[in-house]
Amino acid sequence: MTTPAAAAPAPIAPKAKAPRRRISGYLPNWVWALLWVGFAIAFPYILDQILGDPGSFLDATIQTLAYIIMALGLNIVVGFAGLLDLGYVAFYAIGAFVAGWFASQQFSSVNGGKGIHIFVDALNNFGHSIPGIHLNFVMVLILAAIITAMFGVILGAPTLRLRGDYLAVVTLAFGEIVPRVFENSTSGIFGIGSTNFSNGRQGITPIDKIQLPFIGKFNYPLELKPVYYVVVAMVFLTIFINIRLRDSRLGRAWIAVREDEVAASAMGVNLVQTKLFAYAIGAAFGGFAGAFLGTYNNTVNVDQFEFGFSVFVLCMVVIGGMGNIWGVILGAIALSMMNRYGLPQLNKFSQPIGFDVTSVNFGIFGFFLLFMMIMRPEGFLPNARRKLEFHEAELGDVTDNEPLLEEQALYEVREK
Amino acid sequence: MEAASIPEQPTRPEPRRSPLAIIRQNALPFCLLVALVAQFVYQPQETLSDLKTGLSNGTIWALIALGYTLVYGIIELINFAHGEVFMIGSFVAVSLWQMTGVTAATSAPLALGSIVIVLALSMLASGSLNVMIERVAYRPLRNAPKLAPLITAIGMSFILQNVGLLWRPTPDAAPDLIGSQKNYFTVFNVGIEHSDVFAVVITVPLLIALMWFVGSTRYGKAMRATAQDPDAARLMGIDVDRTIALTFLIGGLLAGAAGVIYALYNGTVRFNQGFLAGLIAFTAAVMGGIGNLKGAVIGGLIIGVIQAVSDSGNFLGLKLGPEWTPAVVFAILILVLVFRPQGLFGEETREG
Repeated sequence: MTTPAAAAPAPIAPKAKAPRRRISGYLPNWVWALLWVGFAIAFPYILDQILGDPGSFLDATIQTLAYIIMALGLNIVVGFAGLLDLGYVAFYAIGAFVAGWFASQQFSSVNGGKGIHIFVDALNNFGHSIPGIHLNFVMVLILAAIITAMFGVILGAPTLRLRGDYLAVVTLAFGEIVPRVFENSTSGIFGIGSTNFSNGRQGITPIDKIQLPFIGKFNYPLELKPVYYVVVAMVFLTIFINIRLRDSRLGRAWIAVREDEVAASAMGVNLVQTKLFAYAIGAAFGGFAGAFLGTYNNTVNVDQFEFGFSVFVLCMVVIGGMGNIWGVILGAIALSMMNRYGLPQLNKFSQPIGFDVTSVNFGIFGFFLLFMMIMRPEGFLPNARRKLEFHEAELGDVTDNEPLLEEQALYEVREK
Repeated sequence: MEAASIPEQPTRPEPRRSPLAIIRQNALPFCLLVALVAQFVYQPQETLSDLKTGLSNGTIWALIALGYTLVYGIIELINFAHGEVFMIGSFVAVSLWQMTGVTAATSAPLALGSIVIVLALSMLASGSLNVMIERVAYRPLRNAPKLAPLITAIGMSFILQNVGLLWRPTPDAAPDLIGSQKNYFTVFNVGIEHSDVFAVVITVPLLIALMWFVGSTRYGKAMRATAQDPDAARLMGIDVDRTIALTFLIGGLLAGAAGVIYALYNGTVRFNQGFLAGLIAFTAAVMGGIGNLKGAVIGGLIIGVIQAVSDSGNFLGLKLGPEWTPAVVFAILILVLVFRPQGLFGEETREG
């Protein structure tokens, strides 16, 4: 991609330059997919060879992979459908709390104190029945995705009429209300009933360990590799769904709505349905990853669910390149690894002079957001259409007689 | 969009409306009033005291809300960093008092003088900070899609919050210069405290000055013109960039004043006070109809009362409390944005 500044002044004649081939074009897609899967499987073993202490890096990797899922989910809402969502943390919270409710001893009085167990070990080491609701990890994931999708619709339905800033503020408010409601519902919701939903600020802990059929119970802070493979599988599933969605009728409808709502509507796109699907599917991924993170972190605590987290995920989408799946993944890896691994490592140097780098991580993200928006608003790996949008002013109006610029030619082709 | 509630005569008489339309028009303010009256019947004494707290606290929200509404009116941008500008105002004030060694024990005339000087300096600091934010974060993106400045605004807000976090020496306690808890006089068994009087005494002259500035000066006229149509204003010879900078300056000045009042009113300041305050004030601005100056003030007072009632913990038997207040305010924000995006009294906006 030429830089916009270079592309703007000199119109390129149509035949002056052979069309650039992308690197990805040299091999068929399935070969690339296999290569990535192979790399993902080999990754922890490569890590064992390179690093003296692979544990902390693998831990950061697992968190990062979960954030990739969230970033891809938010990308559906913000990148594809163009609906700015500043309250994505609400879905993380709901997903995590689903894990907290359905895979812990939180509701210990259920079923007369004997508990409900579905596809998990019902007895503890001493042969007693474990109280509380305990569902299998896979069921928790599915349940979390379904429940958050419903909440996505609940959030989406009233905001359909809103646009731009107002939409952003409503989502922000939603993202602030949901954790507050969980936090305060220690004795029923709004003073109705007396069930304890969250233990207030202490949060729900411990959460059941991941247990899969044929494999058994995981033993993770000690063995991280199995968890890594679980979350890698989740990421590949998410990427697959995202690619299929992007190229589907629905995905094209999202892009049409993003570009021009009125024109899309005139072309027969059902706005209500399209937007609600974007909210529901985007939210479902948030819940999916949230349930995993809740389980992996072994605690569900309202302190995790603050506005900064929404901005953190939004940062990944924006910095990577809104609307481009690979860009978003890159952004998620860059930011999350920096947050989980880079800054703590940097702290080893700054600690002696009495400065804690991790305490200003949000300031650093804020700086990145500002810097990226001013210097390269389309992100690292821009989506071709988005890039055009951000540089519309520089490209100017093009009449039919002028040869198309490279960027404008891109407008016509469907992205790969 | 009207930038300001301009004190002009309406050009054409309002068409007669059916009673039903009038009821629909005023349903939301009416509901709020009914809720307040019901609460008064339920707990008369507490409600009066909440009303007092709410109105005086509401002046702070009103001052911040004016900053949102001015900026939104002129460039249609939610200045997410505005809450942080308010926080920096508080910090500058408390730091100045710390540096000069003014404490609650300082003699009254000296303390009064220090309040006036600190107020002026904090307002200036916040105002110039706001202008700088506009220059760095918003002006380069004037022609970009609307998403871009919104994101830089959030970035700026996080940066400023961390500036507050790293501020040394940490400003935490403001000196109790006005004896804020002491009763000034008592009406209907409700003690009017020094802090309430102080908030009103600072706010009202500022509001009058603002109304005069926007309504009657050349610069105010330029602001209103730019708000209505920036391109036409530019053609008429108005320096649009400078007018926008001026708007940010005024918004920042008011936020700085709010910061000083907040510090003296509550006695403590925190680096993250700006986030919630900013959102509460934004709710107030939206409630009053964003872009509408008088609306922002009334919205601030209404939100103040709602907050006070929620803080006091019992609304018609519904158990609330300070821990529920953010949720209550945000729920109201969503309701207003979804059902009356033009505000309680405002006109249609482009967003709605």
